[in-house]
Amino acid sequence: MIAESFSVEKGDYLRAGEASTKMKNMLKKLGIGGSVLRRISVAAYEVEMNLVIHSLGGTLSIDLDGDYIWLVSEDIGPGIPDIESAMREGYSTADEIAQGMGFGAGMGIPNMKRNADVFEIESEPNKGTKIKMGFLMGGGKSE
Amino acid sequence: MTIEDIVSILDARVLCGEDKLSLVVMSACCSDLMSDVLAFVNEKTVLLTGLTNMHVLRTAEILDLKCLIFTRGKVPSDEIIERARQMNLVVLTANKTMFTCAGLLYDGGLRGAAMTWNEETEEEK
Repeated sequence: MIAESFSVEKGDYLRAGEASTKMKNMLKKLGIGGSVLRRISVAAYEVEMNLVIHSLGGTLSIDLDGDYIWLVSEDIGPGIPDIESAMREGYSTADEIAQGMGFGAGMGIPNMKRNADVFEIESEPNKGTKIKMGFLMGGGKSE
Repeated sequence: MTIEDIVSILDARVLCGEDKLSLVVMSACCSDLMSDVLAFVNEKTVLLTGLTNMHVLRTAEILDLKCLIFTRGKVPSDEIIERARQMNLVVLTANKTMFTCAGLLYDGGLRGAAMTWNEETEEEK
């Protein structure tokens, strides 16, 4: 079992995506490739961008456990007031800075859900959001 | 279609990756929205975009893309070109609008990336 955690700062667009690319390279070295690596990488990048754009800061961690690779994002707020809307393609509360970077098109959470084999989200206003995604190694979606 | 064909069709300038122009691309995607690219694109897809920031490269890295085309003659910073070179990417700039680039490539036989998850590209069907 391996576990690695990365901290992600609010508004740090310059470094945004670094944690995901590091994770991708780490998994690659462990011999994970193909569509599962691609799905994890896309989901990791989307969730990392969400931490930068929307959260007050948080962590992104990865863990290999049995048949699954788990990707967990946890932040310290502000929480998502309307999860149902956030899950819908096209819904976004991102600001112009994020949009100028090519994000905030309302595809983030739908993209994560589409890529993960297990997707759980819990959020409490003024507390924070936790997103847990599981990826089945050597199987799962699209294989 | 090879990247060399694309260079010729678009009369594009090669910013890096001159030694990899014989690579074959299966489909194309035009977008300035990186989330859309992350949703639909696979590694044999060439990305046409007007966005020249670091997130285009990160998106390319996440998806293992091989070729980026900046439209309307845009040229990213030296730092971005250097990073692209390290990533073994081919980067082109074409002095035409994205619409014209897309039209010329379609006319040349290239087709769009699949719209839905895991669907075959139009060309692969």
